Amino acid sequence: MDDVWNNFDLVVRAFGMTVGLFLAAGIASLAVGLPLAAMRVGPVAVMRRAAATYVTLVRNTPLLMVFIFVVIALPRIDITFKSIESFQEDAFGQVFISAYFFRATLALSLYTSTFVCEAVRSGINSVPLGQAEAARAVGLTFGGTMTQVVLPQALRATVPPLTSVLIALLKNTSVAAAFGIIEAAARMKYFNNRTTEDVQVFLLFALVYVLLVEVVSAASLVLERRWKAAR
Amino acid sequence: MRFTRTRATLVCASLLLTLAACGDAGSDDEGSDVSADTDAASELEDGTRMKEIADDGKIVIGVKYDQPGLGFKGATDDVPSGFDVEIAKILVSKLGIDPESDNVEWKETISDNREPFLKSGEVDLVLASYSITDERRAEVGQAGPYFLTGQQVLVKKDSGISSVDDLKGKEVCSVTGSTSIDNAEAEGMKPRGFDTYSECRDQVLDGAIDAMTTDGSILLGYAALNPDDLEVVGEPFSEERIGVGYSPESPEMCQWITDTLQESMDNGDWAKAFEATLGKSGAETPEPPQMDPCKS
Repeated sequence: MDDVWNNFDLVVRAFGMTVGLFLAAGIASLAVGLPLAAMRVGPVAVMRRAAATYVTLVRNTPLLMVFIFVVIALPRIDITFKSIESFQEDAFGQVFISAYFFRATLALSLYTSTFVCEAVRSGINSVPLGQAEAARAVGLTFGGTMTQVVLPQALRATVPPLTSVLIALLKNTSVAAAFGIIEAAARMKYFNNRTTEDVQVFLLFALVYVLLVEVVSAASLVLERRWKAAR
Repeated sequence: MRFTRTRATLVCASLLLTLAACGDAGSDDEGSDVSADTDAASELEDGTRMKEIADDGKIVIGVKYDQPGLGFKGATDDVPSGFDVEIAKILVSKLGIDPESDNVEWKETISDNREPFLKSGEVDLVLASYSITDERRAEVGQAGPYFLTGQQVLVKKDSGISSVDDLKGKEVCSVTGSTSIDNAEAEGMKPRGFDTYSECRDQVLDGAIDAMTTDGSILLGYAALNPDDLEVVGEPFSEERIGVGYSPESPEMCQWITDTLQESMDNGDWAKAFEATLGKSGAETPEPPQMDPCKS
């Protein structure tokens, strides 16, 4: 364990990477998942089917496969996302987001956005049909019906399932360990190879994961309380 | 007329068979010839782990499957081949076990698995480009070194990278649980760890990463497989001392391994093993390294 305490900056940096992946992929999957859900419940048949196909295809694929696709298969057809690095070098003279980080974020977001989409859709479906009908009856468009009447009520019902999705995402970041990202799980393996106290190292890393997840669920609890409405 | 034709066909077929048999015999000679030394087994002291293995008649050796020239197993190979494997055969034969027989199990041991496999007894010996370090010696037993190499970088041809300094702040890949990753980090590179070297090599070939870094001997093997696309550049920036890993529970193995290796270095078996594997790429056979004394 002394080895871990003496190199504690490595542990902090590893969890920093885990949190970084979680935030980047979390924001990206919310940004993709919400419009995806709108497409799935929208009135345009083509968009509805396209979104449904995407969700069926990606949600039914193991995350590891999505990673292999993005990290190993795409580079083989010359899609390496290296241009992201050179763009940053040209603009800022420094690389902040490496190609590996971007690919890991992309794989996680592709996968998680489908779950976000379905969580939001379940929320939308929980709003009684009468609400949407009433909104249309007073002359609101589809956009108006969604943003003014349905989504505010839907998001409230979406918070608990969405929290589960985000917690799963936080833990799924550990898959990136097998694809070159030195995040918490990779760092744990690193320490386990150098020490005989495997169990203590494992418990320490597991504990920090639990703490991180607790932060996410606490945040969701705050949101739930704030948005609570008398029914 | 018909009769002669049949006979001609038969003669041709038998000729072909003979030729095929010749080809077979040839490939058997690829590694150096090491046969079981039954006398040596009886000389082992009672109560030692070596005696136990010798009496058992079976041994499990942890080797790499993805390092051409050191430990490599192609899709159609029955057993792995390479310098590590040849050294393992020398050790195995000293236990009275025929190294070519099924009594030797070659278990793929990726870098991350070397210590766990030794500690859990999953393998008896590890010969998997296993660098000797103080951290590892605190955890498992390491005897040797039987080979010296240094860390270099493998890049795509015409990449414009000519030395380690060109890679500062850049991403390089290696395998997790190897000393190469720590060294790369110390040199200011951003290490990206994969499970096996072949995954890492593919990332370089596909242009997903600028370079791969690990022991020069491993990289040369890869460069030799893809001479048109890959090259090894830069001076070695570390010294890796490759040794044999054994279980921490049986410290008596150290002296036996060291003695056996010393004998092979003295009688030329070590040099033969090198010539049959790494030496094939044209590398000159180096002087055998000085081995560490065992702690008694």
